[in-house]
Amino acid sequence: MLPGFPEAAPLQGLIGGVLIGVAAALMLLGAGRIAGVSGILARGAGIAEGSMARTSAWGFIIGLPLGALAIRLATDWEPPLFAGWPLLIVAGLLVGFGTRMGSGCTSGHGVCGVSRLSQRSIVATATFMAAGIATVFLMTLIGA
Amino acid sequence: MAHLRKLLPPIASGFLFGMGLTVSGMTDPQRVRGFLDLFGNWDPTLAFVMGGAVLVMAAAWRIQARMTKPVFGEKFALPDRTDLDPRLLAGAALFGIGWGIAGLCPGPAVASLVLTPVHALPFVAAMLAGMLLQKVTMERKVAS
Repeated sequence: MLPGFPEAAPLQGLIGGVLIGVAAALMLLGAGRIAGVSGILARGAGIAEGSMARTSAWGFIIGLPLGALAIRLATDWEPPLFAGWPLLIVAGLLVGFGTRMGSGCTSGHGVCGVSRLSQRSIVATATFMAAGIATVFLMTLIGA
Repeated sequence: MAHLRKLLPPIASGFLFGMGLTVSGMTDPQRVRGFLDLFGNWDPTLAFVMGGAVLVMAAAWRIQARMTKPVFGEKFALPDRTDLDPRLLAGAALFGIGWGIAGLCPGPAVASLVLTPVHALPFVAAMLAGMLLQKVTMERKVAS
């Protein structure tokens, strides 16, 4: 519980964040690479060129939902609410196009780049957060 | 066996990453959109997730600086660009809009393929289509 924010889950957030940090650290120190999900996904799908072996990309892509499943089975879990299919598809197109154009997403820029104090990643993270905040604000405004 | 050794870090990293995303609530689009709802009913949980992950990774970067090669590889393959270009900003902005619309970024979307496939599948399919669209419309030769 966080005073003033009844819905916040700061402890779960922090524990999950540390796990994500350890995951990214393992990729960096173990494989010598950035754990950027959009880049690894594009590499695995054969959309991006790169020096990462496609088998390594697939290892990460398969490991990720399995880790999610492990938590799902070990804890009480309620299925979350999602937007409808049309919005999911529009959003997916934007996320795919934008992350490739901007060379990264929340993991590559937001976690790996920010912690490295990369100027590009700090600017990218500030930009996608501002755009996300503006989008939610506008959608609330028009009642979407 | 050398091949298997190389696969270990990406699989383990992906698994821990998926655990972290699920524990922290990042696979719940409502929670993510709650963080972006800065001017409404703000949910600060994502700040704790980012904070935890960035702290661990900041330590990992300090360790990396003293290493000559990754534990399971021959050399580090890390981004070295420092310039800010319009593509970075425009791409991050497009990504942020999509993130705000659906409350999903690439990592949680892939994790959700096993948790909530009915919603994750159209999003991930559209995301891959967006990545492909970016490649065919804007591809330029960049050493990665």
